[in-house]
Amino acid sequence: MTDALPMGERPQLAPPIDETGPLGWARKHLFSSWLNGTVTIALIVGIGWILSWFLEWAVFTANFTASTGAECRGGGACWALIREKFRLIFFGTYPFDQHWRPLFAVVAMLAMLVLSADRRMWNWRLLIIWGIGSFITFLLMFGQLHIPLTLFLVVALVVGGIGMTMRKGIAEAGEMNAYRALAAIGLVGIVLRILGILPAWSLAIAPFSYVETSMWGGIPVTLILATYGLVFAFPYGILLALGRRSHLPLIKGLCVGFIELIRGVPLISLLIMASVMLPLFLPSGVTIDKFLRAQVAVILFAGAYIAEIIRGGLQSLPKGQFEAADAMGLNYPQKTLLIILPQALRVVIPPLINTFIGFFKDTSLVLIIGIFDFLNSANQALVDPNWAGFPGEVYLFAAFIYFCFCFSMSRFSKKIEVELNRGTRR
Amino acid sequence: MAASVAHDLSNAPSVITLTGVNKWFGQFHVLSDINLDVKEGEKIVICGPSGSGKSTLIRCINRLEEHQAGDIVVDGVTLTNDVKNIEAIRREVGMVFQSFNLFPHLTILENLTLAPIWVKKMPKRDAEEVAMNLLKRVRIPEQALKYPGQLSGGQQQRVAIARALCMRPKIMLFDEPTSALDPEMVKEVLDVMIELAGEGMTMLCVTHEMGFARAVADRVIFMDRGEIVEQNEPESFFANPRNERTKLFLGQILHH
Repeated sequence: MTDALPMGERPQLAPPIDETGPLGWARKHLFSSWLNGTVTIALIVGIGWILSWFLEWAVFTANFTASTGAECRGGGACWALIREKFRLIFFGTYPFDQHWRPLFAVVAMLAMLVLSADRRMWNWRLLIIWGIGSFITFLLMFGQLHIPLTLFLVVALVVGGIGMTMRKGIAEAGEMNAYRALAAIGLVGIVLRILGILPAWSLAIAPFSYVETSMWGGIPVTLILATYGLVFAFPYGILLALGRRSHLPLIKGLCVGFIELIRGVPLISLLIMASVMLPLFLPSGVTIDKFLRAQVAVILFAGAYIAEIIRGGLQSLPKGQFEAADAMGLNYPQKTLLIILPQALRVVIPPLINTFIGFFKDTSLVLIIGIFDFLNSANQALVDPNWAGFPGEVYLFAAFIYFCFCFSMSRFSKKIEVELNRGTRR
Repeated sequence: MAASVAHDLSNAPSVITLTGVNKWFGQFHVLSDINLDVKEGEKIVICGPSGSGKSTLIRCINRLEEHQAGDIVVDGVTLTNDVKNIEAIRREVGMVFQSFNLFPHLTILENLTLAPIWVKKMPKRDAEEVAMNLLKRVRIPEQALKYPGQLSGGQQQRVAIARALCMRPKIMLFDEPTSALDPEMVKEVLDVMIELAGEGMTMLCVTHEMGFARAVADRVIFMDRGEIVEQNEPESFFANPRNERTKLFLGQILHH
């Protein structure tokens, strides 16, 4: 019938019916041959057997309501332990009556992260989201914040400086004057502060009782270490990667040396150095918070790894992209920020998120230096002699929480990859 | 093809002057003692066998390659290591590449407006207006919001030409603009280039499209082994090549 029609006018035919639909799919993919069919059935039986065993233990014979460990014994999983200890697992050594504070801090951080995942926020809004989110998080965690005058001055100088350079020639005269004024106030203020003319004034915001970092514990600690570790390591890794490709031998040498040095030692040794050795080198009387030291160690470590990933992305770009940007008269910062990095980062999203996931879990190594991250707090739940003997349940629960975070990152990676590559065929 | 648009350039001022330019890639002498004077509005076609240094020559003019001896003066500015001079020259010189080199992560419109906004500090709205007018000129305004990967090779190269024109350059450099194109797309790109030539743009074009050379060139330059072997107006260049190497080359590319 179709032969009668000339080329180009033949109707689009539907594919053969047994190729489509669930039945067609199953026949084609699961039972295409005797061997294939046997493997399919064997695997289904195997999975069913494991699943039924697991459900039997985790759900049907599990104890959700026991009030002591003794009542739990003999049956299946003892989820009553998690019910009893979840506050300890989630918030560790944080003062018990103040647990609502880390809870809301975690909510604030999650909100901040979820908002940042939206590509429409990837502009000046990101700064505001992170400014407010971080302020809320740390205000809740510490309970009191003392913001020194110097910080305000530095922020004024940085904002003014960035505005003056980035908006040069684009902004109206009034806007430019505002940047100049900001930068001038910042600069003069800092000089006066250094000379000791301005007092060491600080803005105290103190709505709650003060909780020092050594009392922090649980999920907020893991989240803070991972989030701020990666947020600072990311731009720092970009700078390292760019430095490693620099034509200036000294900068290149420094970056290569740093990356190789950091990559050459285990994170644990870096954490121990930060926690035990660093204080030995500091003059007496000067102490740096242990939590902060661990945070810096994580940043340094992650930065080196991120740098190497981004270098891979930079190298994958064809030379023509650099040449086209050069030929248009873009200067180095413009070329890097507008042309090179957006493309290089796109290429390395999968390995980058892979590293992020790795570091999220690696933060649990801080238990080595006595910081109560989520896993360490979960460990503490096992110490109670009344509830001894159920490590499986606690670790399974901890694993489940870690999985939730890591799996969301993985899905986000997939989504953002698709979104960024939409329309761009390479 | 249309009759030659060549015209009298004897009184026009020079916009590019190369004096005794030499360049080496390692031990390889890629440009040897190049002297070239380009008048304002002049259209020059550079041809020659591969590896003869033609691309390197035009890439020296906007400092994508660095020359090691001699002087290059573009629009009154001498090319040195001074970044200010280099940037000043690049603002006046547009370049079109063999492989288009559009930015794949930006839309066509963004590709066009990028340099005017960031280099010339033009307000975004004005830059977009200029860009749309240029896209109309290269006959693809409807593609403005697409990404380069969604366009055909010929369309991409026309966008690349429009992108270079967005900066209102005085000089356009073309580095084998049609060599990477499927045969059926060569014409649409050449048409745009011929139109541009008709408007009086100063053009230096590395190409093997001899029909284009005949149609628009004021002068055809033949390069071999890093030297300018022969240069003449197209009529005489094709009819009476004087140098043996030119004859051999023309014999090879014009034999069918």
